[in-house]
Amino acid sequence: MSLAKRIIPCLDVDNGRVVKGVQFVDIRDAGNPVDVARRYDEEGADEITFLDITASSDDRETIVHVVEEVANEVFIPLTVGGGIRTVDDVRRMLNAGADKVAINTAAVFNPEFVRQATDKVGSQCIVVAIDAKKVSMENEPLRWEIFTHGGRKATGLDAIAWAKKMVDYGAGEILLTSMDRDGTKIGFDLPLTRAISEAVSVPVIASGGVGTLEHLAAGVIDGLADAVLAASIFHFAEYSIQEAKQYMADRGIEMRL
Amino acid sequence: MSSTVVVVDYGMGNLRSVSKALEHVVSANQRVIISSDADEIANAERVVFPGQGAARDCMKQLKALQLDAVVLQAASEKPFLGICMGMQVLMAHSEENQGIDCMNLYAGNVCAFADESLRSTMQGLKIPHMGWNRVLHKQPHPLWHAIPDNNRFYFVHSYYVTPEDKMLMAGTTDYGINFTSVIASKNVFATQFHPEKSAHDGLQLLKNFCRWNGQV
Repeated sequence: MSLAKRIIPCLDVDNGRVVKGVQFVDIRDAGNPVDVARRYDEEGADEITFLDITASSDDRETIVHVVEEVANEVFIPLTVGGGIRTVDDVRRMLNAGADKVAINTAAVFNPEFVRQATDKVGSQCIVVAIDAKKVSMENEPLRWEIFTHGGRKATGLDAIAWAKKMVDYGAGEILLTSMDRDGTKIGFDLPLTRAISEAVSVPVIASGGVGTLEHLAAGVIDGLADAVLAASIFHFAEYSIQEAKQYMADRGIEMRL
Repeated sequence: MSSTVVVVDYGMGNLRSVSKALEHVVSANQRVIISSDADEIANAERVVFPGQGAARDCMKQLKALQLDAVVLQAASEKPFLGICMGMQVLMAHSEENQGIDCMNLYAGNVCAFADESLRSTMQGLKIPHMGWNRVLHKQPHPLWHAIPDNNRFYFVHSYYVTPEDKMLMAGTTDYGINFTSVIASKNVFATQFHPEKSAHDGLQLLKNFCRWNGQV
């Protein structure tokens, strides 16, 4: 197999600025998405994901300009998520220069939206983001459900069945976040990642919980993920993307070095 | 008067990334334009033919905009770069959408990774083929200038071309099967991968294209 596994740094963008502090000593403006994206590109990031967390819908237009500016200068794949609710939103992001658009909550409330979007722009442009949380008890078989609102609201939807349904509806990729692990730095939920990856025919991006380089490797080796997404370990320059890729390659994973 | 690099706009997908990447690498006397105008395409110094989406929609759009003839004409006479769907529709026929007749510049089919006959070889491999994969050079070509053999480019696709004339194969890639990821013939070069999304080597390839005289 010569297809490389991917490392994807994720940037939260609020009103056009990168937040959750990116700390590079040698970067001019750590809040500027273009500067940060360029830096990640130079380090060898395989893709970049922007998550728009702008609260006010009046300010939603700013993310479009962010995507335009980044796409003018950074020539690797770009994914944009956050607040994507209509086919028009999808089109606007793609026209601005995004290669893929991640749909999350809107898919839960209106699964047909995923079908409409993939019909219009093609499966390869549509990522369905899934936020899952373990709901099984200690002595029960493992089970995860879809949660919305940052993991606060249960939907009753089984995560594996949901992932399969989204692929049936045309999703070209699944971005899987464990809400139990997100922000914990104790590693991906590997059984969840593996269960979803084995259940669907499309690539799966593992997300939520990365604290060490071994976590990234485990996501691929044990979780069977096709790509791994992380934020804080790269933003705070704990590790560079190059170091992460070299580590994974040393563990026997096919990487673009 | 400046010479133009025309990116053909037939309503299939986002052309912004392609044109921005080209703008990064063109010479001072070259100008990049996105166009769906037959005259502009006919008068271009060189033509980039991208594409995204389904074969059926691509062919429908090309015909609706009456651009099929002018694109074929360009492919017969000037430096011409097909990208992704812009490579696939150069073939005679695609298996996508229950079978679609394409532009028939080259004999051969466009086949699906998901085909039943590939079931055992593709086992465990995700479709679409998405990410950075190696491209093995099958013949020397000016567009490979300064690009090491077997380097990685960014792919996103579920179908692949199978040209009947094996001499057309300029690059191959492994994904379960070994498929033709680059076609080259005379003034035409066409890639299944996206040079505009393939970082340094992708930009180098576009730069090589912008300086190419269209001869091998």
